[in-house]
Amino acid sequence: MSAETVVHEVSVGEASGKKVRRRDQRSPLASFALHFGLFIALIWSLVPPIWALLTSLKPNDRAITTQLVVFDNPSMDNYKFVLTQTDLPTWFLNSVIVAAFTMLIGLFLSATAGYAVSRFRFPGHKQLMWSFLVTQMFPMAILIVPIYNIFARLGLLNSLAGLVIAYCTTAVPFCAWMLKGYFDTIPIEIDEAGRIDGLTPFGTFWRLVMPLARPGLAVTAFYTFLTAWGEVAYATAFLTSDAKKTLAVGLQSFVGQFKTEWGYLTAAGILVTIPAVIVFLLVQRNLVAGLTAGGTKG
Amino acid sequence: MARVVFDNASRIFPGSTKPAVDALNLDIPDGEFLVLVGPSGCGKSTSLRMLAGLEDIDGGRILIGDRDVTHVAPKERDIAMVFQNYALYPHMTVRENMGFALKLAKIPKEEIKRRVDEAAQILDLTEYLERKPKALSGGQRQRVAMGRAIVREPQVFLMDEPLSNLDAKLRVQTRTQIAQLQHRLGTTTVYVTHDQTEAMTMGDRVAVLKDGLLQQVDTPRNLYDHPDNVFVAGFIGSPAMNLIEVPLIAEGVRLGTADVSVPREVLSAAASKGLKSVIFGFRPEDTTLGEGGVPITVDAVESTGSDAYVYGHVDIPGGTQHEVVIRADGRIPPRAGDTISAVITEDHMHLFDPSSEQRVEA
Repeated sequence: MSAETVVHEVSVGEASGKKVRRRDQRSPLASFALHFGLFIALIWSLVPPIWALLTSLKPNDRAITTQLVVFDNPSMDNYKFVLTQTDLPTWFLNSVIVAAFTMLIGLFLSATAGYAVSRFRFPGHKQLMWSFLVTQMFPMAILIVPIYNIFARLGLLNSLAGLVIAYCTTAVPFCAWMLKGYFDTIPIEIDEAGRIDGLTPFGTFWRLVMPLARPGLAVTAFYTFLTAWGEVAYATAFLTSDAKKTLAVGLQSFVGQFKTEWGYLTAAGILVTIPAVIVFLLVQRNLVAGLTAGGTKG
Repeated sequence: MARVVFDNASRIFPGSTKPAVDALNLDIPDGEFLVLVGPSGCGKSTSLRMLAGLEDIDGGRILIGDRDVTHVAPKERDIAMVFQNYALYPHMTVRENMGFALKLAKIPKEEIKRRVDEAAQILDLTEYLERKPKALSGGQRQRVAMGRAIVREPQVFLMDEPLSNLDAKLRVQTRTQIAQLQHRLGTTTVYVTHDQTEAMTMGDRVAVLKDGLLQQVDTPRNLYDHPDNVFVAGFIGSPAMNLIEVPLIAEGVRLGTADVSVPREVLSAAASKGLKSVIFGFRPEDTTLGEGGVPITVDAVESTGSDAYVYGHVDIPGGTQHEVVIRADGRIPPRAGDTISAVITEDHMHLFDPSSEQRVEA
């Protein structure tokens, strides 16, 4: 057993001249490899947003240079421009509306559907589970044309409501599946105790299961929010007028045929991350383990 | 306060052809403590869940207080249930757990507080009322589950193996407390257990189930002294009753090389059925060591202090053996290898028909 081996080290000033490594201690080499690996991962994930932040602060014509300049006349001009001279505030509002409604409706639908398949046995139960799984396997792009045709007939093109519905079609099956797994971990006796205590089936779901599923619901909420927040393909295909565009679509207008407005693009990009961060901060408080502890024994 | 009746109640689980509970008939008078007992899979928990309304009823009826509740939702049945794993609401304090049903029933706050405080007092939970279940020990959680049931003041208590998660000592303690509490409240109680000691010590009457079929329902004493069939005889009592198929002879039965005389009335009853052999039963304690009994070769002795249980065998001519257990004085037990002579008390012999396994009654 490697954990039990005695490691001989050249240690200066120690009388024994060797140390016994405890079970939970790493060798220096392993420790170095681990920290080096983590450091690379850190750089890898931090550099792009930091670079975007720095670029957004530079004057627009200085965004692309051949020299590596970290600070170059930093100013908030790019932010002022995108917030006042473009449709960004409208797109921002559109995105918030679409993402918020996708989150709320998606959460409600997937939680109720997930609870139903977790707790009830009904005709078509198995088929429903299968359809949740199988629909995941189609790439979103395949659905653009059929959804476009359906929306055209229903008059849902170029409307935010249509976009919310489209996002829910992809998010709900996955989230229902995920939440079903979470609901399965909540002992069914708690539901039964609730039913005997006088709750209706919906009451059981709402007053007992939902509070206990907070971590699962938090993850689902964040996932559905992000699904809608960063999505480009559907939004590009279904939204046509400038007034209805979401951020992801709108930002593309900063990319011209011959020139990309990097300053505006990065400034808008930084602004776009803010709501996602806020949502994450709101839900992460619920990501706690052990909510059902103590309810049942064994 | 209510009488509970199972009237040919059956439950067949989807995808199964064999009923989990097969035409169960039970009449539980108001205030009785009835224990459902049986090996795992016998349908005892299913029966209780049918009464609770958590399980559909595929045939027959269930009445609570003369009201047909066969198709009534659990919350309309006026029952309270204690679950095996307690099923407390983890996100609520003990007080909220106990008062939840009352709150749903829109009972005034002061009334809820009074009833919860009172139940907490009875169950010694007063100082834990503001805690969450997580911060309680197993025994305390069990009491909260009990408390949640008693504050309801329901017509019937349903208890599904409420003690099986407690350690041995606490179980014995709680057993007495539950029995006393039930006696004091006088609420009809249906209690499920697989532990025959619990059944014998707690129940006013005990119903023994096997494979979804009711075997016998009677007082613990009668169940012990007059088991209706071989299953009940073997299930009730620890160590189990010795049950050996033996040939009938003129005076009684032949056990190994010894003739054991059987009360005349029982013998003639067996003879009138035309039986050539019977399943002969006697309990380990219904024997005395003495001359002229059944010779038993001792294989092992288990001493519990007060008693010693002798595990031995009876040699049958022809080379086979029958295992038997008898009780002996714990202070002077026989030793392994000894041959002892056990006299079986005539009043406590049990004869069963080998084909139907039913008791041969005098």
